[in-house]
Amino acid sequence: MVAQFMSLKDAIATCVQDGDTVAMEGFTHLIPHAAGHEIIRQKKRDLTLIRMTPDMIYDQLIGAGCAKKLVFSWGGNPGVGSLHRLRDAIENSWPRALEIEEHSHAAMANAYDAGAAGLPCAVFKGYRGAELPRVNPNIKFIECPFTGERLAAVPAIRPDVAVVHAQKANRKGDILFEGIVGVQKEAVLAARKSIITVEEIVDDFNDVPFNAVMLPNWAVTAVVHVPGGAHPSYAQGYYKRDNAFYKAWDNIAKDRDSFNNWLDQHVFNGGPKDFEAPLKAQHSKAEA
Amino acid sequence: MTDYNSTEMMTVTAARALKNDDVCFVGIGMPSAACNLARLTHAPDITLIYESGTIGTKPDVLPLSIGDGELCETAMNTVPVTEMFRYWLQGGKISVGFLGAAQLDKFGNINTTVIGDYDNPKVRLPGGGGAPEIATSCGEIFLVMKQSKRGFVEKIDFVTSLGYGKGGDDRASYGVTTKGPSRLITDLCIMEPHPADRHFIVTSIHPGVSRDDIIAATGWQVEFADKVAETPVPSAHELQVLRDLHARTNAAHEGQ
Repeated sequence: MVAQFMSLKDAIATCVQDGDTVAMEGFTHLIPHAAGHEIIRQKKRDLTLIRMTPDMIYDQLIGAGCAKKLVFSWGGNPGVGSLHRLRDAIENSWPRALEIEEHSHAAMANAYDAGAAGLPCAVFKGYRGAELPRVNPNIKFIECPFTGERLAAVPAIRPDVAVVHAQKANRKGDILFEGIVGVQKEAVLAARKSIITVEEIVDDFNDVPFNAVMLPNWAVTAVVHVPGGAHPSYAQGYYKRDNAFYKAWDNIAKDRDSFNNWLDQHVFNGGPKDFEAPLKAQHSKAEA
Repeated sequence: MTDYNSTEMMTVTAARALKNDDVCFVGIGMPSAACNLARLTHAPDITLIYESGTIGTKPDVLPLSIGDGELCETAMNTVPVTEMFRYWLQGGKISVGFLGAAQLDKFGNINTTVIGDYDNPKVRLPGGGGAPEIATSCGEIFLVMKQSKRGFVEKIDFVTSLGYGKGGDDRASYGVTTKGPSRLITDLCIMEPHPADRHFIVTSIHPGVSRDDIIAATGWQVEFADKVAETPVPSAHELQVLRDLHARTNAAHEGQ
């Protein structure tokens, strides 16, 4: 089946169910924040959230009570400090207890790759002398059948749903990613269903390099047009990372009340349209 | 003599550790400032790599995250994160990894995961990110970190990334063939590993710092080399370039 164009509301309602395993990816760049807000608005519950760098997007989902488990490899606000909602969940079980499965970046990247490649696990030179294997039963070691070398193994990531943001879709629903492409392609190909929010829908991609990072429409479930949908992350060629808002988030998320007020104001009383003028939104949100 | 503060001394000293032909995997924060200072002064051809997949990046301002757009726009090439970790890092193409830490022991083992017990932490830190494999796959590791009794401890709460393990040949027992942490640059001194036991020894002290200052800021029994050098002070040029870089960075991050 080829990709369907949908509203954000319909895409989340159709593809994301309570209890699902959801991977929302984007390595600093192209983080699908508008889709994250929609999941919070629809009060999805008991999700297992997978993401290399949980970042602000999962701080919001965890603080809003959507997650029962987090699979991750680096949980901070880059260059700023802690993710306060994530820490509150781990340290104080607020708003609910959060189970964690912690890996390294290399493990997660390899696990997405294995998921996309249809393998049951990923094998790599990792975790040597590191302590995570003691606390994470999903890290094991195997012996290379040819050389005897000891290698780390982790289960492949096979999410129910992958959610990512891209610059462009064409009218058929093919997708084009540019800039820092992270693990988005792998996440989509590893998942049963996928939602791609895009900055722009174009008639054709014009002069795309032969080796561009693309997904054909038959490899995607839902395409949603959400201009600005990555803000305060960025979309190369469209708008910059709103570093001032990442800094402002530290204060918003530090306190449960101020976080809940922010959620009410910007998520429960907001919608995908709010992302449309990212620069304008950047200023009003940073001042909020 | 030019005026400088201890953080500038540390950053300049860290930058000087890098060579023009290095291929360097850059950690965020202090390492990023040092690596870009090296590129803007004595090592213009250095290849800087960030884990977001940017190879040979030349940012005009320091990135707040490891994936700011500036890194991609100024890079020779940007590759998928899977490729970065598999081909470039695991494949052994990177000569130096530059890392910071929250907690460090005398064998250069790093903790960036938790303070306290893992299942019931006093403080939950961000975690390993790329560091566990950077620490073992790069040719050698430079560490940069401000000294304090809290950070420089006899026993770290969690081994996020391997240094020399329990010392001696322990690192090799995990199947690791790379050199490990060959230099630790702090705001007070430079330490290098003992040739056999691999614990850090103070080999150079920054001007104006006493041995007692170092002992007071270290949680393990400090050992000094037989001949301890005095670290050369930052040049006026290095300080100017570093301050300009920070000024551009602050303007760029606040002005959005």
